[in-house]
Amino acid sequence: MRTKTTRLRLALAALLALALALGVSACGSSDDDTTGADTTASEGGGAGGAIVTNPENEGVTLTVGSKNFTEQIVLGEVYAQALEAAGYKVKKDLNLGSETVARKTLKAGQISGYPEYVSTALTSFFGAEPEEVPADATEAYEEAKAEFEKEDLTAFPPTPFASANAVGLLKKTAEEKNLKTISDLEGVSEELTLYGSPECRQRIDCLAGLEELYGLKFKKFTPVDIGLRYTVLDNGQADLSILFTTDPQLAAQKDKYVILEDDKQVFPAGNVIWVTTPKVVEDAGPDYEKTILEVQEGLTLPVVQELGARVELEKEPAAKVAGEYLEAAGYTG
Amino acid sequence: MSALLPQPLLASIEGAFEFIFTPQYSNVTGGKKVGGIDQVIELTINQLEVTVYALAIALVVALPIGLYLGHRHRFEALAIAFGTAGRGIPELALIAFMAAAIGVGLLNVAIALAVLGIPPILTNAFVGIHQVDRSAVDAARGMGMTESEILRKVEIPLAIPTLMSGIRGATIAIVATATIAPLAGYLTLGDFIINENVYGENGVLAGAILVALLALALELVLAGVQRLLTSPGLKPRTE
Repeated sequence: MRTKTTRLRLALAALLALALALGVSACGSSDDDTTGADTTASEGGGAGGAIVTNPENEGVTLTVGSKNFTEQIVLGEVYAQALEAAGYKVKKDLNLGSETVARKTLKAGQISGYPEYVSTALTSFFGAEPEEVPADATEAYEEAKAEFEKEDLTAFPPTPFASANAVGLLKKTAEEKNLKTISDLEGVSEELTLYGSPECRQRIDCLAGLEELYGLKFKKFTPVDIGLRYTVLDNGQADLSILFTTDPQLAAQKDKYVILEDDKQVFPAGNVIWVTTPKVVEDAGPDYEKTILEVQEGLTLPVVQELGARVELEKEPAAKVAGEYLEAAGYTG
Repeated sequence: MSALLPQPLLASIEGAFEFIFTPQYSNVTGGKKVGGIDQVIELTINQLEVTVYALAIALVVALPIGLYLGHRHRFEALAIAFGTAGRGIPELALIAFMAAAIGVGLLNVAIALAVLGIPPILTNAFVGIHQVDRSAVDAARGMGMTESEILRKVEIPLAIPTLMSGIRGATIAIVATATIAPLAGYLTLGDFIINENVYGENGVLAGAILVALLALALELVLAGVQRLLTSPGLKPRTE
């Protein structure tokens, strides 16, 4: 009985905290009304242009979604807080699982939009082979947008940064075995263990591609939770691990981890596009696309890695990191 | 909202059964088919294997403690609180932690899952023995039985229904939770459920149906075991 009441109390406390947080953020955005009087400031559109609060947006509620790993959650926070600064009422649903779940949630109208990698959209949603994904970000975006429109979705132009899967390993292993590209694994891979997310095993842009397109065989492939991709290298469980090129660890610990060059292009790189529906675009008005495009202009690879590093390595909350980024880059504050 | 619900439920279930018996096309595998009876059998066996290991570990750890404490009528509050608290273990976090701390694979997943099974087995063993009619125990002692004989010949037979219900609860919890094993290096039926990208909606539903059937089957087996173990005097009379 006692644990039950404690739990109830905890739940109440959590609710109260949530209500307070919402209240505070609501106050925050209405304060911006006064500071954002200069409408021409944002016209330049370059990184650093302040986002202008438009009181007309107050009646529109947008729900920002994201998939369930750090980079996505940070992106979700950045977009959510930028939209909030533009005067929208913003709700967040930042832990949607895989792209399949995110797309379904969007189609069902439970979120207004979410950030998706254009390569993932093309391969996972629209059946493109990894080698068919255009290397040029705009071209890939146009292709994905056309496909999205067939199912009554739409997308905004891509971010400056791109992300891809990569085969990563400890630098000392790479040096010992003289590995620079994935092709270098030929003849060596039979003695190496590879770890990756459970779905990697059968994906053509992951293990299946390494096996079929590179012709590699590994000693063993072990599926693990995506959050453990560095831990398994650190612990010596994995010789090779599937990483993301945007991972903060790669930037912060250059002398510890390296990734192998994908010389046969099994892992297509993808810039992030904001996927949404025409209905939301219409309801939200012109500030919606403008704000998204404005705020993502500052999202270059080093910036994304830096934001990720603060969340993943320094354990700061994603909301705080995103808020400080917006302020430092001159979007808010 | 409606798009999130399965379209006509019947069609979905039909799709799931197709997935179980025949390999299906997948969007992301580069043409290789997924699912089908061979993969289903392989993953079912894996799921059973890890369940059996986990249950065995839980029994070895929990039964002796529960029986001993019950027999001595000691630490009642602790034994019961332990069982209640045990239900609150965040298994996903535990598996992630164990995977990071001691590695992945069958044995590690089994240990993490055993943690789920220990509380119900321990608590029910304690309660079952603890609540055995004292006059029966006293009579046994009066007849000159040793403490170990009392436990084996009087208390355990009388406690079988309670004891077994703990074991059954533990088994269901373990077999259902074994679906998260693919996150820690061991492929079970959870692979179908976790990877909707690969297996599609049909695969997810197929995985869920298979795990439910497996849980039901284990429940039936254990109910049978309980019938065999229960002393005739405790069975409801049929006349």
